[in-house]
Amino acid sequence: MQQDLIRIRDLSVRFYTYEGVVHAIDDLDLDIRQGETLGIVGETGSGKTMTALAILRLIPYPGKIESGSIVFFDRDGGGELDLLKLSEDKMRSIRGNKISMVFQEPGAALNPVYTIGDQISEVYLLHRRQELGHRAKQRVDSLLSDGSGFASALRRPFWRWQSRLYDKIAQDSHSVEPRFLSHVPLFRRLLRRLRDEAKLLTVDMLKNVEIPDPARVAAQYPHQISGGMKQRAVIAMALACSPELLIADEPTTSLDVTIQAQMLELFRRIKADRGASVVFVTHNLGVASEVCDRLTVMYAGRLCEVASVEDMFLHPSHPYTKALLDAVPIPGKELQTIPGALADALNPPPGCRFHPRCPSAMPMCQRERPKLKEIGKDHMVACYLF
Amino acid sequence: MNILVDIRGLKKYFPIRGGVFGRPVGMVKAVDGVSLSVKRGQWLGLVGESGCGKTTLAKTVVRLWKPTSGHIYFDVPDAVKAEIEASQASGNNSGKLASLLKENDLGTFSGARVRLFRRRAQLVHQDPFTSLDPRMKLKNIVAEPLTIHKVLSGDAQETAVKELLGTVGLSAGQLERYPHQFSGGQRQRIAIARALATKPEFIAFDEPTSALDVSVQAQILNLLKDLKKEFGLTYLYITHELLIAESVCDYIAVMYLGKVVEMGRPEEVFHTPRHPYSQSLVSATPVPDPKRRVGRIVLPGEVPSPANPPPGCAFHPRCSRASEQCREFGPELKLVGDNRYVACFHPL
Repeated sequence: MQQDLIRIRDLSVRFYTYEGVVHAIDDLDLDIRQGETLGIVGETGSGKTMTALAILRLIPYPGKIESGSIVFFDRDGGGELDLLKLSEDKMRSIRGNKISMVFQEPGAALNPVYTIGDQISEVYLLHRRQELGHRAKQRVDSLLSDGSGFASALRRPFWRWQSRLYDKIAQDSHSVEPRFLSHVPLFRRLLRRLRDEAKLLTVDMLKNVEIPDPARVAAQYPHQISGGMKQRAVIAMALACSPELLIADEPTTSLDVTIQAQMLELFRRIKADRGASVVFVTHNLGVASEVCDRLTVMYAGRLCEVASVEDMFLHPSHPYTKALLDAVPIPGKELQTIPGALADALNPPPGCRFHPRCPSAMPMCQRERPKLKEIGKDHMVACYLF
Repeated sequence: MNILVDIRGLKKYFPIRGGVFGRPVGMVKAVDGVSLSVKRGQWLGLVGESGCGKTTLAKTVVRLWKPTSGHIYFDVPDAVKAEIEASQASGNNSGKLASLLKENDLGTFSGARVRLFRRRAQLVHQDPFTSLDPRMKLKNIVAEPLTIHKVLSGDAQETAVKELLGTVGLSAGQLERYPHQFSGGQRQRIAIARALATKPEFIAFDEPTSALDVSVQAQILNLLKDLKKEFGLTYLYITHELLIAESVCDYIAVMYLGKVVEMGRPEEVFHTPRHPYSQSLVSATPVPDPKRRVGRIVLPGEVPSPANPPPGCAFHPRCSRASEQCREFGPELKLVGDNRYVACFHPL
């Protein structure tokens, strides 16, 4: 049995709009295990993106995390953390570091006025300042020991100063002297090696996500590279600090099939290399079946079914899961449609939210919400049929 | 089955302008010599990645754009086409040829002829969120083609609009609503109703379901099936999702960088692809079946820019079977079986 990395309990997210309160996520219980790829599947408005954003506490206004807990089991130190109770500062040190995210639209996730390299090195400068200080100190020290001649004798005092500063950063990333100097013109040049080191790490990272000619791409702006490259850059940014959890929100939706295939390969390799957990949010059932170990199906802010990929596709149990699988065009099979429209987010139907469209709805479904029930190994369904 | 739309050697280039006077400094070869024919009552699928020119082809076929060269014949008898070809081959009687082309080649039409043609051929755009005017009410959106083509007016128009909404599964009570009050699936239904307004024979669909959810997509596809049966329509259906193409289309053309690389019946193209590009496209398509995870061909690199396509076969830099010949010469589309065409020197 794998250990849990994230344990979400009774999570509710609501949006307070002019028209009324939208229950985007309604009492959600979900575990993310260590080293697994968990797929979250659902249609537009099912709350899958909101679940991903809630883990990082990035729910946009007017949304609010109303109640519940998201416990993060930090593998290297830190112990159990309830992400919803952390201070904003602490949360910021986790975001992009222990838990990072690949956003849906790579074009929109990158800042158009900074180069790719700048944007990725920012992650290192923010979360890996001590490591960068350490590396920079080593570089300056090697200059101090190797250098000879007049030019080097002139620079020596500055190198010694730099070495001392970088040592301070390596000890404590918030050390006062370097922080003060970084605001003083001319003197802040002493700290430029941090940025250089970050650039080197960035180029390494870009090479890791199979970008050809990484040094050139690092110096380019987002509009100069293709969509697939942008997505790779965004993935590189998310992986920069070797996160324990990578949340990918529809990472392949805006890409072509052949590029999508490259991305799925990349995700699979990254997972094998780093042993990170991945949460893969997608509406494409084909993609989900390719990369995920476990799948959850969401409908109108609630979980319908959680199961391993094999179980989900071979023995779907929830009527919505079945309907969703039948709606995928499979050659030689008649396309089945789900009657009716998606549940209205403002006035969701009472009881089970799927009952107005469900072929096997019972009177009980209209009254009370079904609980998640375990019907097999690792297979949970929220339906009264079981 | 007779041929409704016959596309011959169609090219559509877009100039890249540069310099002080904005003179063309290059050409984006969006569609570069496509020959296709759509039979009456056929559901032709056009498959390819973004940038391969499938949208440009559709927009040129319904004459939103004028082709750079090539011919499009819409409902022209074979005898006339043969006559045009014969006079082109002989090359001297240019006056007769010009008049023949003017009357039959859609690519040369202008003014009233185009308007008459557009009544018979319609286009449904990709994104239902941008293809409907946000300031127009549903009734006006659907009625606009009727007004423009002076088909119906007044009360007759209103009844026709209501009838159209009924056929696409919308209720007449929504007539006064604006596009933003509808969901994605409903908007696409509105766009389809608008396309049906002038009772066309031919409709081109430009990825009509790519912005929609799976369950809504299934509804729209079933609607298209029903409409085709009811009105005897002919479809040109553009998609990048092979599963859709395979499950609904009668015939498929695979495009790569402005050219058709393979044509055939869907089950043939998907189960025994002959062109290396179609093969990798098929294997890259994620199928919702966890047992079929293995044996994927991942293509290296990306689609080259159509402004500067590679010489020879456009696919050769990414192709595993490429030879010296492919680098120098572009292969022609050749008949390799029953209605099966492949443009490759080394077909599978």
